[in-house]
Amino acid sequence: MTLAIIGLYLALVLSIGGLSSRLLRATGEDYFLATRTIGPFILLMSLFGTHMTAFSLLGASGEAYNRGVGVFALMASSSALVVPLVFLLVGVRLWEVGRRHGYLTQAQYFRERFESDGLGLALFAVLTALVVPYLLIGVMGGGIALSQITAGQVPEWVGGLAICTVVLIYVTSGGLRGTAWANTFQTLVFMILGAAAFFVIVADLGGLAAAMAQVREAAPQLLVRAGQVTEAKLLSYTLIPLSVGMFPHIFMHWLTARSASAFRLPIVAYPLCVAAVWLPSVLLGVMGRAQIPGLQGPAANGVLVQMIQMHAPEVLAGLLAAGVFAAVMSSLDSQTLSLGTMFTQDIVRHYGFRDRMGEAAQVRAGRLFVVGILALAFILSLVTQRSIFRLGVWSFSGFAALFPLVVAALYWRRATRAGVLASLLTSAVLWIVLFARSAPGADESLAGTGIMPVAALVAASTAALVGVSLVTRPPRPETLARFFPAGAAR
Amino acid sequence: MRGRRLRGALYAATAVLFALHQDVWLAKDSRLVAGLPVGLAYHVGYCVAAAVLMALLVRFAWPRGVDGEGGGGR
Repeated sequence: MTLAIIGLYLALVLSIGGLSSRLLRATGEDYFLATRTIGPFILLMSLFGTHMTAFSLLGASGEAYNRGVGVFALMASSSALVVPLVFLLVGVRLWEVGRRHGYLTQAQYFRERFESDGLGLALFAVLTALVVPYLLIGVMGGGIALSQITAGQVPEWVGGLAICTVVLIYVTSGGLRGTAWANTFQTLVFMILGAAAFFVIVADLGGLAAAMAQVREAAPQLLVRAGQVTEAKLLSYTLIPLSVGMFPHIFMHWLTARSASAFRLPIVAYPLCVAAVWLPSVLLGVMGRAQIPGLQGPAANGVLVQMIQMHAPEVLAGLLAAGVFAAVMSSLDSQTLSLGTMFTQDIVRHYGFRDRMGEAAQVRAGRLFVVGILALAFILSLVTQRSIFRLGVWSFSGFAALFPLVVAALYWRRATRAGVLASLLTSAVLWIVLFARSAPGADESLAGTGIMPVAALVAASTAALVGVSLVTRPPRPETLARFFPAGAAR
Repeated sequence: MRGRRLRGALYAATAVLFALHQDVWLAKDSRLVAGLPVGLAYHVGYCVAAAVLMALLVRFAWPRGVDGEGGGGR
């Protein structure tokens, strides 16, 4: 029954992708940017669905299982303030720059803003490398959901493979319009089913008061932040949502907006959507500690699915597993499409392969690149021993380190090519060093201080950007005139 | 002038809300409020406050010079 429901759900998502592909206009801009016609509601759903992934459902509940209710403050409420601010101050301006200059990717913007081919190439490489762990948590989430909901009858790799295959099919057929539609549908599915899961499970536990009393009995430390999340950790975590300013898939969705005013609804509604998804996840993770004690390491990633399995009827369990799939796929699709777009635009077309390859061959090259990256994520999902939450935090920390670059590009005329390259290089090297030195399951803060690596990454990236920019030659006035037209206040 | 002051006040309010995220006074409090641990209830309320602030920013502090409609492209 459960497998049948999941199979039906996957078929439904494929049909939405297929339907949108029939309406696809035969232009590159429609495939890559839905001809910049997306309105406020679809923009909200596609931005939110793209941002929320296995991290927000399985990762959040798994982390709350270990660290308690403080996890909501760590990621959800800080994102509720920082993410919409980034939409307002960075997203709206990037939409405007993208519309004016016709950009499809971040590398195109940075390459022209700083007049450097090398910068575009370096940015492509760094962004692609950082998307891999982000893809990885989606593939892992799908595998865990399917395996646990079927009590281990279906191995984890089958769920991961199923998700990769379905996403690949509907992304390649429907382009960004299909992805935005499928995202909207899937975001509604996981928000509604998430709420349903919460109410059904809590009712089965005897109500919220009874469930909380069980947690107080079994693990009272999870009901307070002290001892689980230090002040330094809470403060440094607020830098992590800055990552949204440099996610390639979010950039791509920003550009689809039909007008600047389409951003208003996503900016206002985002904090409420975050609370609606994270509150049930965190609470179910905490309650899971009383119901299913003893989950160690990555096993805690599956607490939400186990709670569903224990406390929901089979039909609902199948639907809720489909909801987890929805959350995972609504991110994986945009990430996949953005990688394909970046490869086609920033490598194939920019480096002149367009003269040697036909249109179909270029598209095939983009798809092959995406298949290769997804295959890499799939293989890594078979061997990784890290928790979904912590993998996500590492990926987001890398993107957050790049945030000063986009702020400088948009707001700081004195920022130079050398400064931006220095910042990019510093971020990449420091991220690799810190990640290599971290051990799965160990305290991830800097030398046990509670300060998260993201703080060092953002500080080092900013210092390199500002320091090197100030000692190198300023950009040419003609370049600045293109990107800071007279009368456009900053 | 009034618009600039309002814009400044809203960005000051943003800084205050950012500071209020650090809920040191609730870190050890395990009381329940509306069925939720008080620290969690506080941060849910924080999300609502962020939505209200965003509504004000969107209304009164929209980025200058960005009002255009879409449809352009390469």
